[in-house]
Amino acid sequence: MKPAPFRYADPGSLDEALDVLVAEGAGAKVLAGGQSLIPLLSMRLAAPATLVDINRVPDLDTVEATGDGVRVGALVRHVGLLHDAAAARVQPLLARATANVAHPAIRNRGTTVGSIAHADPSGEMTAVLALTGGSVTVATPSGRSTVGWRDLFVGPLETSVHGPAIVVDAFFPALPPRSGTAFAEISRRKGDYAVCGAGVVVTLSENGTVSAVRASYLSVGLVPEVYDLTDAVNGQAADSADWAAAGELARTLVDPDGDLHASADYRRLLVGVLTERTLAEAAAEAVLRSAA
Amino acid sequence: MTTKLFGEPVRRREDARLIVGRGRYLDDIGAHALAAAFVRSPHAHARITDIDVEGALDVDGLVAIYTYEDLTGPMAEPLPVLIPHPQLHAPRTGYPLANGEVNHVGEPVVMVVATDRYVAEDAAERIVVRYEELPVVVGVDAARSGEHAVHEEIPDNVAARHHQETGDVEAALAASARTLSFTQYIERSACMPLEGKGVHARWDPADASLRVYSSTQASTSVRAAIAAKLELSLEDVEVIAPDVGGGFGVKIVHPWPEELLVPMAAIKLGQEVKWAEDRREHFIGSAHERQQRQEITVGFDDDGRITALDVHAWHDNGAYTPYGIIVPIVTATQLVGPYAIPVYRVVVESVYTNTVIVTPYRGAGRPQGCYAMERTMDRIADLLDLDRAEVRRRNLIQADQFPYDHHLTFQDGRPVIYDSGDYPGLLAKLEALVDWPGIEARRAEAASRGKLLGAGMAMYVEGTGPGPYEGGHVQVLGSGKVLVATGLTSQGQGHETSFAQIVASELGVPIEDVEVTTGDTRRFPYAVGTFASRAAVMSGNAIALAARGVREKALRIAAEVLEASPDDLEIEDGVIGVRGTPGASIPLRTVAVLSNPLRYAFDEAAKQATQFARGSDDSKPPVTPGDAPGLEHRDYYSPIRSTFASGAHAAVVEIDPATWEIDVVSYAVVHDCGNVVNPMIVEGQVHGGVAQGVAGALYERMAYDADGQLQNASFMDFLMPYASEIPDVVIDHQQTPSPLNPLGIKGAGEAGVIPGTAAIASAIEDATGRRIAAMPISPTELYDVMRSPDHERTAAAGRRAGVGA
Repeated sequence: MKPAPFRYADPGSLDEALDVLVAEGAGAKVLAGGQSLIPLLSMRLAAPATLVDINRVPDLDTVEATGDGVRVGALVRHVGLLHDAAAARVQPLLARATANVAHPAIRNRGTTVGSIAHADPSGEMTAVLALTGGSVTVATPSGRSTVGWRDLFVGPLETSVHGPAIVVDAFFPALPPRSGTAFAEISRRKGDYAVCGAGVVVTLSENGTVSAVRASYLSVGLVPEVYDLTDAVNGQAADSADWAAAGELARTLVDPDGDLHASADYRRLLVGVLTERTLAEAAAEAVLRSAA
Repeated sequence: MTTKLFGEPVRRREDARLIVGRGRYLDDIGAHALAAAFVRSPHAHARITDIDVEGALDVDGLVAIYTYEDLTGPMAEPLPVLIPHPQLHAPRTGYPLANGEVNHVGEPVVMVVATDRYVAEDAAERIVVRYEELPVVVGVDAARSGEHAVHEEIPDNVAARHHQETGDVEAALAASARTLSFTQYIERSACMPLEGKGVHARWDPADASLRVYSSTQASTSVRAAIAAKLELSLEDVEVIAPDVGGGFGVKIVHPWPEELLVPMAAIKLGQEVKWAEDRREHFIGSAHERQQRQEITVGFDDDGRITALDVHAWHDNGAYTPYGIIVPIVTATQLVGPYAIPVYRVVVESVYTNTVIVTPYRGAGRPQGCYAMERTMDRIADLLDLDRAEVRRRNLIQADQFPYDHHLTFQDGRPVIYDSGDYPGLLAKLEALVDWPGIEARRAEAASRGKLLGAGMAMYVEGTGPGPYEGGHVQVLGSGKVLVATGLTSQGQGHETSFAQIVASELGVPIEDVEVTTGDTRRFPYAVGTFASRAAVMSGNAIALAARGVREKALRIAAEVLEASPDDLEIEDGVIGVRGTPGASIPLRTVAVLSNPLRYAFDEAAKQATQFARGSDDSKPPVTPGDAPGLEHRDYYSPIRSTFASGAHAAVVEIDPATWEIDVVSYAVVHDCGNVVNPMIVEGQVHGGVAQGVAGALYERMAYDADGQLQNASFMDFLMPYASEIPDVVIDHQQTPSPLNPLGIKGAGEAGVIPGTAAIASAIEDATGRRIAAMPISPTELYDVMRSPDHERTAAAGRRAGVGA
């Protein structure tokens, strides 16, 4: 469990980092928090020729919360986002989901953007990026571009970001008015990757009835997906909507795989349960926020 | 004796050192040693057709590569069958490096030695081994089918057929008012110490001697094995177990291939060589335990009293049998637990599979036996509509029946005769501790919250402290320090503290003056090892006897100086005084100085013992015939047979009927290990055992696929629970001292793990009304049980629902 030999670069600026990536070519890999990459190296499941450590690159460690949303820099640790009150006000899903990321030691080191760039369909922040309709900013030698979540996630542990490029931030749009969110997951051990997880957003109409319901799941499917469950509860009162029906609908929409810890059927069961539970919670929050 | 520390909750003196990083574990030793890495078989069963090392030769820093071809003499022979047994009719062991065939994924094939572990792994990666794959046998059912053979010359895959019986079970079953038969399974887990195995070896060419550090539970026997295999004289080999980060059984197995190969390389290369096992190696290259299929037939009367018990089990021993059939024997003999079973027959067939070897893991066959017996009790209760505690009570051996002879032969070759106990007392305490009569009210309360609540209980008797012997050496220095040594090893059990308490109590010295060394063959070369809950029983008693020897000599010398009778002397706080005569005293350290007549005054204190300083009796030699210089004593404790600890556990679970998550909400333990040296340490042992019991019931398993690949060989997928998954444990103690040893103690190390699977299976069954006959069980599996229309329902479930009888 020792990594194969690799070269190591720790550039002091973004330009320098991109230069190294250009020079090193396809064998280079960006290192931020290293919470997924280092174990992969140690198990020799990955053997990049060069690690480009971006931890010395300035200005990547900020969380900017505005009325439009929350922009999270590539070096922001999970714990930083977890405790960012302004970010939580703009988009409550961020703190809710981050609280479920692994254990404190991992949250202290791992980065939110790194977990998105890693594109693990079991990750919390990949699902949240999708659910909020978020995007990432990709820096390349030729400039910056914005990549929406749907274009970003290509497959398990695979994104559309290739070549000399660094994901420098992720943007999570603000929670719309009259909306509430909830996030829950079920794992075998506290802090493990979820056997199944769910993030939801419920939006109410001006008269307080349910007008939009969206959900995204963890460990269900190969890439993050957003499911529109509005049809099951559209127009129903927020405090008495048939959330079980929404859960039933979700179960019919997802197509999970089985693994050592859960059969596909069990995951489908959990999708229904978590959907029903989180929607009730999110709707209650939407009622509160509508009144405020 | 005012220094009476025996029985006190003295805080563990080793912890401060260990928790601030001052421990000295295997990998802390030899920072500049050469490193070994292994090429291990990727196949579960294959013939090796070629080993091509060419690609590795140009790796910078490569020092040596060894394959089976490089092994000579005893090293080229199979590893020893450590514990031969007449019923182990087809033993097989591997070679230090595979000899033409591999029988499990992870078996070592090539050893690479390089300047560091990174380079060694780089080189290992470039070695190409070609294999011809053979059919793979995984699991007891595949093994017993005999469709494929693990070892060609053993077509039925049966290594041993262990058989014991106490009477004519067929006749007794035929005469029983009622019988029931069932089959159940229990899965594999593993010891999984946080520190893996590891070996460091240093050859001194000038002295022609070898020093080996090994993360082992048996340093003396590792020493003997190394000497034998490497053809060295025993006195030229010393083996030291440094701080060891957990063992739980896996490190009692020896010699591991690496324990021989690393010293071999150190000698051949004339350099220090080290190997520290990594986690993946530990999963696939050490040992597992617990998989059994159990077929049980029980006869009983209308009151639930057992009249006959017939058990046929198949035990998966993995690819080889280096540790003999200890686990099958322990299952067979400990299965009967605290119950009087009039007629008992047990057959355990130990079968080969193409998986990692199976050797004792904390509990060592007892969790399986307890699972068999206790689930039998639950089924009898269910069938007769009796309370599960009541059925147990009716079958318990009574407190006046000791010594109780089960007419079985234990793992030490000695009879299973329970020395003492009070099993009805345990059960009564358990019912009170968990409020057994209050379970129905809790069930109703949980139901009002939408949860299914159930309770289960399980009792056990554990043979602890088997022989043949352990020894202890106690020496008082002129400084007042008391050095204590015993040969068995420590893996975190708190021996430094418990053994110091025993010596401080026996000798009347402050515990701060006592220094304990374990597992170092330089200090104590005769020992057996740390396993089978035996350290406190065996070394504890040996050390107590050694301390008593020192005390006797100290009083004899002091009596001369103080001109008093030894009978009138006492030792308190390190000072020997005449009882009732203040001022007439002499420090123990002075007695230590005087005990060694000197010519040379090497320090101030020594002056007292020199030839012109001491008034001496010219008619006698300075050292009396039969006496010896120095205030020290060595003694041994060798028990007539094992001493039997006991206990009873209850688990209460809450199950979410939406997600089928299982939460252990209460866990109660009543524990009897005779006289307790340190209750805090005993409770810590119980807590750790319960954690592993819960782990084995709900979380851990070895997920082999049909090709013999272990699918979860990492801490990501092997679900060793965190503290967050382990319930709070409430403990009540009962003490029935053992009449077999001077201190009246019984072992406590393994107890906590034994009843976990049985009690939790019972609780889940109670909560769900579905028969639980395969453990461990996970939420996804419970979901399958609950939605299967054919899954057996308990009679109790029918009664509770108001249908059924």
